[in-house]
Amino acid sequence: MHVPRRSRGVTRFPGGRSVRRLSATFAALATAAALLSACSSSGKTTLVWYINPDTGGQAVIAKSCSTDQYTIKTQVLPTDAGQQRVQLARRLAAGDSGIDLMSIDPAYTAEFAAANFVVPVPQSVEAQLPHAFKGAVTASTWNNHLVVAPFWSNVQALWYRKSFAQKAGLDMSKPVTWDQIITAAADHGGTVGVQANKYEGYVVWINALVMGAGGNIVTNPGAGVNANIDINSQAGVTAANIINKLAHSKAAEPDLSVSNEGTVLAPFATSAGAFQVNWTFIYQNYSSDKTTLNDMGWAMYPESVAGKPSRPPYGGIGIGVSSTSNHIADDWKAVECITSPQNQGQYAVSSGNMPSSAAGYQFPALQKAYPASLLQLFQKSVNAAGPRPLSPYWSDISGAIQSTWHPADSVTSSTPASSQTFIQQVLEGKKLL
Amino acid sequence: MAENRLGQKLVAPAVILMLLVAGYPMFQAIYLSLYRYRLTTPGDRSFVGLSNYRVALTDSLFWRDTWNTVVIMVVTVAIELVIGFVFAMVMHRIMIARGLMRTAILIPYGIVTVVSAFAWQFAFSLNNGWVNSWFHWLPWIGPETNWFGDHWHAMFAIMASEIWKTTPFMSLLLLAGLSQVSEDMLEAAQVDGATWWQRLYKVILPNMRAAIMVAVLFRALDAFRIFDNIYIMTSGAQNTESSSFLTYRQTIQQMQLGMGSALSVLLFLAVLLIAFLIVRLFRVDLASARGEAR
Repeated sequence: MHVPRRSRGVTRFPGGRSVRRLSATFAALATAAALLSACSSSGKTTLVWYINPDTGGQAVIAKSCSTDQYTIKTQVLPTDAGQQRVQLARRLAAGDSGIDLMSIDPAYTAEFAAANFVVPVPQSVEAQLPHAFKGAVTASTWNNHLVVAPFWSNVQALWYRKSFAQKAGLDMSKPVTWDQIITAAADHGGTVGVQANKYEGYVVWINALVMGAGGNIVTNPGAGVNANIDINSQAGVTAANIINKLAHSKAAEPDLSVSNEGTVLAPFATSAGAFQVNWTFIYQNYSSDKTTLNDMGWAMYPESVAGKPSRPPYGGIGIGVSSTSNHIADDWKAVECITSPQNQGQYAVSSGNMPSSAAGYQFPALQKAYPASLLQLFQKSVNAAGPRPLSPYWSDISGAIQSTWHPADSVTSSTPASSQTFIQQVLEGKKLL
Repeated sequence: MAENRLGQKLVAPAVILMLLVAGYPMFQAIYLSLYRYRLTTPGDRSFVGLSNYRVALTDSLFWRDTWNTVVIMVVTVAIELVIGFVFAMVMHRIMIARGLMRTAILIPYGIVTVVSAFAWQFAFSLNNGWVNSWFHWLPWIGPETNWFGDHWHAMFAIMASEIWKTTPFMSLLLLAGLSQVSEDMLEAAQVDGATWWQRLYKVILPNMRAAIMVAVLFRALDAFRIFDNIYIMTSGAQNTESSSFLTYRQTIQQMQLGMGSALSVLLFLAVLLIAFLIVRLFRVDLASARGEAR
């Protein structure tokens, strides 16, 4: 190989100086990038807010909540809540200081709090937050401390076709039971839309049925792996019987085993549409379908046991502050702004995800966009909601329930017992999930 | 002697680097596998000895996934070996548009596995895939065939995508072996009156044994670690999980670093076992396969 020689007899690679210059440039760029990750070019702090995907509402709030001291920049997480959890947990466990704020799903709030990934909400900040609904506070609390600031609170309601209920002779002004709606739908050629795919949404349904029957899937969830699993109870059997009844009835939709929040929307708008349980945001879905919209009624989530008030499923987002953030004081100021009643109301109008506080419901545009009776139902439902157990091991418990309760037509009155054994074995590390 | 010592000194940096980048994670995995350790509950970390291995080896899920993996490995490697050999023969013998033909055969191998998995997922899709509409004349395929609706249909789709993607690699390795077969021997066999089949079985294949072993070994180990296709096409639904997918779920999704590490170690041991069995089966010295013994 020909190697060019310099006059002093030192062998050098061609362009050695430029290589060094390039290395120096890279080093300078890397240092600058590290500094810039915290401060923008104008010297302002940048707060990075990891958000769940939406139609752009959170980005608008980030912009409006940016101040002269800091700019809030959004980073979009994956669509699937499980993938959101994995991405955030891996970054936080590695001490990533590039995360300041996070939109956290209730399913993994307890897990993040137990792992000290989030900073508990200070008393001084808590006092500034709008007074949240009981269900929202419960879902945001770990070890008696508020660990995320409730932002929006979703809740499920029973949506029905008025003409169908009339045909079936159901008085929807009073609470109805699962038995009643399944029988009415089956007897009059209608369907009941539920979420029964092998995913978190199915466990949301099971949890609501169990809580509605007066039970709990887990008691003392704070005990971690030593928590008491109580799905094998009378309430668990009641839940299993309801699922079994629907799965083997004509009221079940054909795609029951893969049904989710989206698949039940279309059948509801057909002649077979009768009932569906679904989240608040679906009201907007029918805004362009006037026939369905005009015939659509809403009621409190069905009761598992007649006379026992139902516990509607709770979902939503809380804003958490990362314990690895370098700007915690600014983060809390941003949280106060993001979760202000005005922003909660504005976000509800743009996304269909309802506010977590009564004050948020006072937003004029929201009151204009939804019927008053519906907004009242949402607020009543959030207050009565039965959040999923706040266990750091919820993902394992939920996964074990999905394994033993899916598909819905395999559920029998013995399923609660077998699933209890399996959940305990998974928690004790004796079974693979 | 001095030359030997110099050689050792020269390879020392590489050995140290290898220990750092490969040895450290391996020992770390073995260490972690002895613990019950979850990333999000570090306070509950406890030493459990070989318990993770016992749990895995006595769990039906582990064996079901191992069975799936073995089925995928055996079926795909066997089919790839046959098709790959045909492709290698074509690439070896073709006289016209040789470069074009070789490039065309190798295109699937140049495509990212995730992309090819998505392409095949669309191809097998019930709603807009072309497989059902092109092959509906076959008795077992109809317009309503749901390729991801049950275990064996889903396994078929996964294996088809794997075969399409990696057959070119197999053919490339076999082409190298084919070019080592002496033309003189083939001509001598022909002069002695050997038919085409006799030349294939008595001359070509025995002389390619080392190349076939390398090709089968590489592909078997690759196929045993199958992950991307399953992740994209079924996410493990319809019991289509492989060993790698189970390890991924335990380590990444459930953040069970202890159990995940134990499964990784078991996967590594399985890969070693397969390599050992294939080397014994073909009775070929790896050094001779690389031409070092000559």
